[in-house]
Amino acid sequence: MSGVRTLVVWCPDWPVVAAGFDGTTVPVAVLFANRVVACSAAARAEGVKRGLRRREAQSRCPEVVVLERDPARDARAFEPAVAAVEALTPGVEILRPGMCALPTLGPSRYFGGDEALAHKVAQQVEPFAPDARAGIADGPFAATLAARRGLLVDPGQSPAFLAPFPVSALLGAVDRPELVDLLRRLGLRTLGALAALPATDVLARFGTEGALAHRLARGLDERPVAARVPPPDLAVAHEIDPPADRVDTAAFAAKALADRLDRELTERGLACTRIVIEAETEHGETLSRVWRHEGPLTPAAMAERMRWQLDGWLNGSAGVGQPTAGLTLLRLIPDEVVSGGGRQNGFWGGAAESDERAGRALARVQGMLGPDAVTTAVITGARSPAEQVGRVPWGEPRAEPRSGRTTTAERPAWPGRVPAPAPAIVPPVPLQAEVVDADGHPVAVTGRGLLPAEPRRVSVEGDRWADIEVWAGPWPIDERWWDPPAHRRRARFQLVTSTGAAYLAVLEGRRWWIEAIYD
Amino acid sequence: MAVASPLPASPSPGEKPPAAERLQALGGLAQRTKPTALAREQILPVVPELASLFPGRGVRRGSTVAIAAGTGATSLALAFLAGPSSAGSWCAAVGLPSLGLVAAAEAGIDLARLALVAWPGNEWAAVAAAFVDSLDVVVVQPPGSVKAGDARRLSARARERRAVLVPLGDWPQADVRLEVTRSRWEGLGAGHGHLTRRRLEVMSGGRGEAAGSRRARLWLPRS
Repeated sequence: MSGVRTLVVWCPDWPVVAAGFDGTTVPVAVLFANRVVACSAAARAEGVKRGLRRREAQSRCPEVVVLERDPARDARAFEPAVAAVEALTPGVEILRPGMCALPTLGPSRYFGGDEALAHKVAQQVEPFAPDARAGIADGPFAATLAARRGLLVDPGQSPAFLAPFPVSALLGAVDRPELVDLLRRLGLRTLGALAALPATDVLARFGTEGALAHRLARGLDERPVAARVPPPDLAVAHEIDPPADRVDTAAFAAKALADRLDRELTERGLACTRIVIEAETEHGETLSRVWRHEGPLTPAAMAERMRWQLDGWLNGSAGVGQPTAGLTLLRLIPDEVVSGGGRQNGFWGGAAESDERAGRALARVQGMLGPDAVTTAVITGARSPAEQVGRVPWGEPRAEPRSGRTTTAERPAWPGRVPAPAPAIVPPVPLQAEVVDADGHPVAVTGRGLLPAEPRRVSVEGDRWADIEVWAGPWPIDERWWDPPAHRRRARFQLVTSTGAAYLAVLEGRRWWIEAIYD
Repeated sequence: MAVASPLPASPSPGEKPPAAERLQALGGLAQRTKPTALAREQILPVVPELASLFPGRGVRRGSTVAIAAGTGATSLALAFLAGPSSAGSWCAAVGLPSLGLVAAAEAGIDLARLALVAWPGNEWAAVAAAFVDSLDVVVVQPPGSVKAGDARRLSARARERRAVLVPLGDWPQADVRLEVTRSRWEGLGAGHGHLTRRRLEVMSGGRGEAAGSRRARLWLPRS
C-alpha cells in the first residue's frame, strides 16, 4: 500500500522567521546548547551552518545575530500560518513548527488538481512565511523531501523519487541517528539500496526502527496522517428570548451558562482562570469584558461575575458602552484555561473565607465601575512620595508577596528619598503654591543649591497666605541627568506653618509645588 | 453557658488545698464557663494609644466612627485603620485619591488587604455599601455634603452587616465622633532638621455608650 497522498508546507529557516528577522538580508543564527540549529540564508552565505559552535559561527560571520532556540516562540508564530491553511481545508497536521501536512485527496479535487492546491496553499501561507514551499508526494516523508525542493511527485512515483536520496535523509524521521550511520557503514548509502532489501530481513537485522526506515524508504507511510481536529470551541452561548433588560432575567441565563461551561471544562480536565463575557443587544451592539481571577473560577464564581457584569451594563451609570436595548445573547468564552486540579482552600478556613468574601465585594465594585477602579497598592522604590506607590487593579497579580505588611525596613533603600514619616496626603497632581521671603519676593535656589533668602510665607492654590514657622531645605534632587528629556532638577523643602499645616514643597524651575501634605 | 469539663484538680473531700491553689482553680473555672461569644469578640481592636477613646477599648462592629475634617484627620484615620488591619481585617478607602499609601504602610496597615476606590464619582454610596457588606472597615470620603437619607441608609447597613463605617467629615449618624484638637510637629528648625514625629490630641464623643467626651494624646508615627 503506498502512502496517502500528502501535501507538506515547509517554511525554510522557521526559527529565524519566527523571531521576526528577514533571513535574506540579516545573518541570524539560532543556537541550542551552543550549537547552531538554524540559520538565515544571509548567514549561510557567510559559511554559517548547522552544528557549528557559537564561536565558530561568529568567527565566520562576525555580524551574525545570535538567538537562543525558543520552540514556544516558533510554535506561536506558526499558529496563524496553520490557521490560514486550515481555512482552505480541515485536517491540517503540524509536523513541527515551520512544517505542516494535509491529506490532499479531497482538497485537490475541490481546488482542481494538486498543482492548483499547492499554489493555493503557498499563497495562503505567504503573508506569514514569505519563502514557504509546498510539495506533494505519497506519504508525509516523501512529501517532506518534495517540499524542500518544491516538487510535485506524481502518484505512484514516490519510491523512484526517494531512491537517489542518501540514507541521511532519514535522520529527521527516525529517532536513532546511529542507525543511519550503521546503514551507511554497511554500504547502504541510498534509500533505494535500503528499499531493495526484503522487509523481513531488515526487521530481523535492525529491529522495529529498521523496519520503519525501510517502510519510509519504500515510500510507504510511517503512519496515516491523523487529522488535527480544530480545537473544540469551548465558548458557550445562550439566546435570551424575549430580550432581557433586567439583571435578574439575564442573570438566570448566566447561571445556566456558567454551569454548562464548567461541565465542558471539567470533561476535558480543564479549569478557567480568565473568561470573556460577551453580550449582544437587540440593536446589534456587542459588549465584552474580560474577567480574570487569581485561581480557577468555580461555576458559582463565573455566574457571580456574569451577574455583576450584567449589573454593570444594565444598571451602571458609566454611559460609554452602555447597551441601548435589551440583551438577546450571552456568551461565555474561557480565555485562559489551566489543567484543573480543583481549588484548594486555606487549611484553617478563616482567613481564606474572609479573603474570598472580600474578593467578591471587590469584584462586584469592579462590575460597577470597571476593572481599573478597584486597586490595591504596592510600595515600589522611588524618591518622591507619589512615585513610591503602584496601584494594581484587583485580580491582577501583586508584585510583592501578599503575606506580611510592608515595613520601612523591608522597603528598598533609595538615596535621596524623603525621610520617614511619609506624608498622609499625596495629591495625584502636585498643588500650585507660592513661597515668598520677608520682603515678599519669590524664594529661589541658586545654581549651587543655596538659598539666598529664607521662606517666610506660603500660599497653596491661591489660598490665604500663611506664615512659615519652621522649615528645612533645600534638598536638591538631580534625577536622570544622563537622559536629557527626562532630566529633572528640583529642590525639596519641608514647611510648617503657624496653623500647624506641614507641607512637602518642591521648587522646580522657579515654580513652587506642594507635593504632599503631612496631614 | 455550660461548664465544659470538671475542674482539673478536683479536691478530694476531707483535705482542702491551700487558698492560693483554690484561687487559681477558680480562675480556670471562669475561663471554662465563659459564654461562647463574648461581647468583646464583637469588637475590632484599635491601637493601644487610641483605645481610651472607645468605651469598649476597641471599636464595636456595626458602628459608625466619623472623623472630623481638619489638620491631622488623615493621619488619625490611618492610625485608626492600623488596629483592625494588623489583626487581619479587610479595609477599604472609598473616594480618597490623595491618600498617602506609604504613610498607610508605615502606620501598620496591610496594603494587600486595603481596597482602594479612588474615584467612585456619584456611585460612592453604592460602592461603600458593597464594601460594608463584606469588608470589616470602610473609610469613605463623600464628595461634598451628605444627604441625611444616604447617611442613615449606609450606617444602618453597616450595623446590619457588622462592619465599621468610617466617614471622613461631617456625618449625621455617627456613633462615635473623633476630632483632632491639637497637632504639633517636631524635628524641624529654622532651616534645618526634618519632620520626625508629631503630637496629636484627639477628642472623642458620640451617643449611647460613647456619650461624654474622652481624650487621648498620642505620638505619630507610633514608635
